[in-house]
Amino acid sequence: MSEASLSALAAQLASKQISSRELAQQYLGRIAALNPSINAFITVDAEKTLREAAAADALIAAGQAGPLTGVPIAHKDIFCTDGWLTTCGSKMLSNFVAPYDAHVIQRFKAAGMPSLGKTNMDEFAMGSSNETSHFGAVKNPWNPSYVPGGSSGGAAACVAARMAPAATGTDTGGSIRQPAALCGITGLKPTYGLVSRYGMIAFASSLDQAGPMAPSAEDCALLLNVMTGFDPSDSTSLEREKEDYTRDLDKPLNGLRVGLPREFFAEGLNSEVAAAVEAAVNELKKLGATTVEISLANSQLAIPVYYVLAPAEASSNLSRFDGVRYGYRAPEYGNLDDMYGKTRAQGFGAEVKRRIMIGAYVLSHGYYDAYYLQAQKIRRLIADDFSAAFKACDVILGPTAPGTAFKLGEKSDDPVEMYLNDLYTIPANLAGLPGMSLPCGFDAKGLPIGLQLVGNYFSEAKMLNVAHQYQRATDWHSRQPEGLK
Amino acid sequence: MKWETVIGLEVHTQLATRSKIFSGSSTAFGAAPNTQASAVDIALPGVLPVLNKGAVECAIKFGLAIGATLNRVNVFDRKNYFYPDLPKGYQISQLAKPIVEGGALKIIVDGEEKTVHLTRAHLEEDAGKSLHEDFHGMTGIDLNRAGTPLLEIVSEPEMRSSAEAVAYARALHTLVTWIGICDGNMQEGSFRVDANVSVRPLGQQEFGTRREIKNLNSFRFLQQAIDYEVRWQIETLEDGGRIEQATVLFDPDRGETRMMRSKEEAHDYRYFPDPDLLPVRLDEDWIGAVHATLPELPAAMQARFQSEYGVSAYDASVLTGSRALADYFESAARACGQGKLAANWVMGELSAALNKAELDIAQSPVSAAQLGTLIARIQDGTLSGKLAKQVFEGLWEGAGEVDAIIEARGLKQMSDSGELEKIIDEVLAANPKSIEEFRAGKDKAFNALVGQVMKASRGKANPAQVNELLKTKLQ
Repeated sequence: MSEASLSALAAQLASKQISSRELAQQYLGRIAALNPSINAFITVDAEKTLREAAAADALIAAGQAGPLTGVPIAHKDIFCTDGWLTTCGSKMLSNFVAPYDAHVIQRFKAAGMPSLGKTNMDEFAMGSSNETSHFGAVKNPWNPSYVPGGSSGGAAACVAARMAPAATGTDTGGSIRQPAALCGITGLKPTYGLVSRYGMIAFASSLDQAGPMAPSAEDCALLLNVMTGFDPSDSTSLEREKEDYTRDLDKPLNGLRVGLPREFFAEGLNSEVAAAVEAAVNELKKLGATTVEISLANSQLAIPVYYVLAPAEASSNLSRFDGVRYGYRAPEYGNLDDMYGKTRAQGFGAEVKRRIMIGAYVLSHGYYDAYYLQAQKIRRLIADDFSAAFKACDVILGPTAPGTAFKLGEKSDDPVEMYLNDLYTIPANLAGLPGMSLPCGFDAKGLPIGLQLVGNYFSEAKMLNVAHQYQRATDWHSRQPEGLK
Repeated sequence: MKWETVIGLEVHTQLATRSKIFSGSSTAFGAAPNTQASAVDIALPGVLPVLNKGAVECAIKFGLAIGATLNRVNVFDRKNYFYPDLPKGYQISQLAKPIVEGGALKIIVDGEEKTVHLTRAHLEEDAGKSLHEDFHGMTGIDLNRAGTPLLEIVSEPEMRSSAEAVAYARALHTLVTWIGICDGNMQEGSFRVDANVSVRPLGQQEFGTRREIKNLNSFRFLQQAIDYEVRWQIETLEDGGRIEQATVLFDPDRGETRMMRSKEEAHDYRYFPDPDLLPVRLDEDWIGAVHATLPELPAAMQARFQSEYGVSAYDASVLTGSRALADYFESAARACGQGKLAANWVMGELSAALNKAELDIAQSPVSAAQLGTLIARIQDGTLSGKLAKQVFEGLWEGAGEVDAIIEARGLKQMSDSGELEKIIDEVLAANPKSIEEFRAGKDKAFNALVGQVMKASRGKANPAQVNELLKTKLQ
């Protein structure tokens, strides 16, 4: 079972070799066995999961099953889930039971996919190691002394450890792709606006985008079919024809033009990662692709730009956590200002507070033009670089992260060092482009290496095609951590 | 020293949409606390705003009505501050790109017409309410109002007296209710005025330092607050003091303004464009479609009333005090074909009766058609003015239609000269003394005789006819 792809699981369910309830029980059993050491889940509620699985079985029995009905999935704890604790990895929401379902959750429910629980994450999705979670760090299933990446670290780890066949993630600056890379799975951040943000707790609204995380590109394509679609409740949701993201999976790659950005293979890139990515490029050439060197000159500025814009939006988005209506409130306080101060001082962790302060600073009177406006202008230039690049290539390829997983605690005292981990992933968020990470090898320590593809707007099917063809020719994505098999 | 007052007003008009500006919750007033607050209104984690198209159309209507520029691309910004009745910790408003810029409104003060220019008008959401009473030292929060659409209308500092400020506020109130974008209910907070007030030595170019009086919810308070504030500022300056920029509140019980916060305590709102909302683009088709729904505006109607019905400029401005009043007048005028007479009746008898009964024109027991018929009966000689007032009373009491009341109460003016002559003869026979006096040259005696005849006819005689007949008989 732990080897099975989503399409294989769906086939077993359809042919009644296994029921959704049995399948859920198997995964719940694996979670019970492995989660105490991996800490990928914040909330597991077997009763709720099995009830949803039973409902899926009823749909299957009634002949009303969709392509993935009965296949369970784990949800990042950033999605509001009706009746479930929804913490966003924070003490601030450690008591918050959501009274409604996020749009993404509604879609998975409507597809008949039972929830296996809520996965651990960096607090309010702010982090690249999953160490900022109020609920403790997640351990990398490939080596529990190492981080799984973040912020969707719990999602990546639970899929890598096969505690769930798939998971949802969100990506603001690399939060799907970087943990996917560090945990050896496949993850895709869609074009901004393709997946509704309604009910997804906002970090940086203009960058946040939900996407699928699973072992393979094919799995991600199936999940993307469920997740995407116009939602009138999200003003930034795009109204487009519904696509089938599996439609191009089997297309050959003949004539594919792969763009290699000079800047993504420069200084700062770990040599083992570089070698693995270059090997992957050769594999794609064998499959019929050609390469072209491109330049994304302004992407060098992506990190400073991101660390102005994302905190600016976050500082405002997180203002609602004030102790007045829900969530954590300081037990003792004097007046109103004191209540706000103590609640937020106690309820937020250090990284969240750091970003709120940066955000408030760059938006304050007299600094706005120098920071926020300037960053918006550079954001435009970064997007323009991509537009120019896509005239010469169909997909851009490079490393997902500059290195493989690092040790727990190794970078947690050096925020800037931590921020550099998202060097290659942030540009796609700033431009609103789709990006994905897929496994392409291992370093000498046996830790996974991730390859990143960035496509033009709405080219998810093309990216999935490239990834799927690569995964047919290689087996990196189907490798599992030795000790956890 | 002579001082000049400078006033600019910021008016928050609550837009008359059924649902809130960024959620589908009802905007109806007076529901039990927090029953009209959805997930979006209480700012649950993860919720997102969706702009109410109706609110944008209200703003477009307003812009068109005042001849303003409508920004074709307008952006919503977040105004960040913490307060318990502001659930998101920010208010969605418009800073750099308001939907409406410029425009003007005409006012009349002491018979003088003046134009007040507008700076801008922008869309924003209202906050909830903090209820400090009845909670034993705690504060209650009611979020029913949170997210109610507002159009904040900002004037240029062009008013020079409280009377001008009130006239402007009234003209604005008339306009927003006229075009149907606001119910104008000041008690319920649908039309709230902030007044920026400063004084300067007459002739000085630069403005003095202003203080802003917040949240005035009646025209009377607006007048009182400005008058007090102006006196206070002048006294302070004449005593050698300085005015510090500040926000003040008006206490209607004491008739005073008092400090709320100084400039130093002013917030840094950290405005930035709301990334949850896309810029709103207004295209010509949309503007054109909204334009087509605009009624005839007060200024155009005033001009037409003057030319079409021959009423004075002043009467035209009174009659267009509200759309309901204007419509009433016009229906009555059309029904009788007598514009001036209709204006007199509407502004005289009818208004007095409505005021006395504390009724609005829309609640008038006498319909415009009835009043028109009544005036027509005066015109055709059936009724004298005096008799018409009696018929009006009958209409007011609901005693039926005009002709039925005349019939039932026998109020028809006496037009049969034979009958009248008989009465006159009787009166003359009974008052020889008056006749003598009249012949001796006392005009008063003639008037006494007319009075006697009118009395004897129980008011039904036509006074002109009485005059004529009496004169003939006494010659």
